[in-house]
Amino acid sequence: MKYCVVFYVLLLSCTSLSAQDAVPLAADPKVEAQVSRLAEELRCVVCQNQTLADSDAPLAGDLRNQIREMAAQNMSDQEIVQYLVARYGDFVLYRPPFKATTALLWLGPFVLLFIAALSVVLIVRRRERPVTAESLSPADSQRLSELLKQEK
Amino acid sequence: MKRLLIIIPLVIFLLVVIFLAVGLHRDPSEVPSPLVGKPAPAFNLPRLDDPETLFSSSQMQGQVWLFNVWASWCAPCREEHPLLLKLAASQLVPIVGMNYKDQREKALIWLEQGGGDPYVVTVSDADGRVGIDYGVYGLPETYVIDKKGDIRYKQIGPFTEQIIAEKILPLLMELKAE
Repeated sequence: MKYCVVFYVLLLSCTSLSAQDAVPLAADPKVEAQVSRLAEELRCVVCQNQTLADSDAPLAGDLRNQIREMAAQNMSDQEIVQYLVARYGDFVLYRPPFKATTALLWLGPFVLLFIAALSVVLIVRRRERPVTAESLSPADSQRLSELLKQEK
Repeated sequence: MKRLLIIIPLVIFLLVVIFLAVGLHRDPSEVPSPLVGKPAPAFNLPRLDDPETLFSSSQMQGQVWLFNVWASWCAPCREEHPLLLKLAASQLVPIVGMNYKDQREKALIWLEQGGGDPYVVTVSDADGRVGIDYGVYGLPETYVIDKKGDIRYKQIGPFTEQIIAEKILPLLMELKAE
């Protein structure tokens, strides 16, 4: 597939750029704290299993800079996250919001847990059911004792 | 009841198989764009051929147009270039190019050596700001923008003959008729 080629090129760019320009740090430690907090929460869309904080992809660097600028303008976490979601979708969030499309994602594990618990309860109950001893009818017990005698 | 209980694992297994089978055929690197159906972000950027002059997206208002994001360092862009040339030659739709995080000289050489310039105008987004506004995360990306200025389709990755024939051309006809 051709997309794979694109993706491969992008993957390469994730790992091979270790020698980068020095990252500008905001002068205000409060802003910097906000940037690193947000960067831990947001996904790098290029290297999808990395956060913005972890990723070396150029786009992740650009996005960190963008976040830093917005943080310096006193924008709240929520406003900054909204800015990114508007452009890249819920996909940038490591904790996607609860919606109709994500209901299965959020509730699925609990549904599975419920099914598992229910089947455990049912199985254990069935095992615990006592075996009822049936008493022999007088005719049967007479036949039994006759048979036992014959054995001797 | 018992018989029903016996087929439950089978049903669960089949469900898992269906989910996995669908999942296998999806491309996880393709991030759906939230911008489809929304107004295309406005930009005002220097032209690649003449950095002194700015080109604004508002100049395309009232037309159906394609917005293609490319760079000289992007190999798949080279791959789709002949298709863009063909599309431009058909005069169906104006293609605006955006040269993303690139060096001007390299971009100009790339256009010269690539067999021609399919773009009515190319703007340069040297720092990638407009790219962020458009949610660009991998090149090439192409947006179909309607007369009102709304994004109607986003192509992630290079065009193919098939995508152009089956998606882009029908969509262009539809949008032009609007």
